[in-house]
Amino acid sequence: MIAALIYVVSFVVLVQFFVYYCRSVLASSRKVELSARVREAAGVGDSVAADDFQRFLQLVRLCPENSADRAGIRAVGTYYSLLHVLARLSRAMLPSVAAWAEKEQQGCSHFAAVALDRRISFSRDLFVQQASSRL
Amino acid sequence: MLGPVDYALWIAGFVFEAAAVLSIFYRKAFGRYYSVCLYMACKFFVQGAQYICFLKFGFRSAQYFYLYYYSDSLLTILLFFVVMHLYLLVFAEMDTDRHIRAGAVLLLFLTAAFSYLVVRRYRTHLTEHFVVELGQGLYFVGTVLTYILWGAMITLRERRARLVQVVLALGIYYSATAGAYALQDLFPGRQMPVFAWAPPAANVWLSLAWTLAFLRIREEASVMVPTLAVKAQ
Repeated sequence: MIAALIYVVSFVVLVQFFVYYCRSVLASSRKVELSARVREAAGVGDSVAADDFQRFLQLVRLCPENSADRAGIRAVGTYYSLLHVLARLSRAMLPSVAAWAEKEQQGCSHFAAVALDRRISFSRDLFVQQASSRL
Repeated sequence: MLGPVDYALWIAGFVFEAAAVLSIFYRKAFGRYYSVCLYMACKFFVQGAQYICFLKFGFRSAQYFYLYYYSDSLLTILLFFVVMHLYLLVFAEMDTDRHIRAGAVLLLFLTAAFSYLVVRRYRTHLTEHFVVELGQGLYFVGTVLTYILWGAMITLRERRARLVQVVLALGIYYSATAGAYALQDLFPGRQMPVFAWAPPAANVWLSLAWTLAFLRIREEASVMVPTLAVKAQ
């Protein structure tokens, strides 16, 4: 009985901590403006949509890996999937929760776009380094 | 018998623990986060000792069993001191040092009493069930303490981004491990991989998250904690 109670409480607390952690990671990228090259590469306008996340993620995967952002991208990817399920489940019954989930998904898309921007810069630096070492 | 996943988790834990210690020194954060650094260093050396014991006596030996679970319990108690130190950091400007220290002594006393009661109950047969019950209780206390700390941070509108991530990573670690131990207690005798992999995976998570928190977030970086509150619109 006690073990079951501990399991349920731990699971609820784990989900809460995970959501807060992902939101703290997203908060770090929220103020970052997207560059024109990212908008051009992904074909997006002034603001990113909730559905753009997968597209940004695919583009991120095309760039050379930067170990510094790998863990953050994975955590946010898991958070995005959870939000996707939540938005689907609550659309009919709880539209306010679905709207909140969609807004959060938009934050995830912005995070992925910022990560893509960083990776493009990283790739360019790598290319410049290789070109200068060949000369 | 250990499989490739067990070895991978072991090696990753070992590497990231060292990385966490090095990143604290690299970012010159030892003065403020000395308890985190000491805990990670102890964890690193304990894992080294466990590996030597594993090579010498084998995975199924009693020596390895006792070393693993007792060192784990001691490290959990050491992690309580990290939590208390994080409380001190959060309440640093409120002149509550004396109360927090008194709380830490009380917590140590309660933990000792709880451990004594569990050991007394199983004194004739210190089996796997005993260590699972002890671990479950200790990690659950850690979960509750971290949850209270996080609640206090939200109330006080804590803005230090690094501290926020350190506490949240610790909360994930404690709750995941407590849940895994509770699941093991619910289904005794079942050899499910999740029981064996969850604690080392949570350990890899904690050391990796702390490494990233020290490497990527500057001490002066701030984050708006109220914006983290989950609000349905």
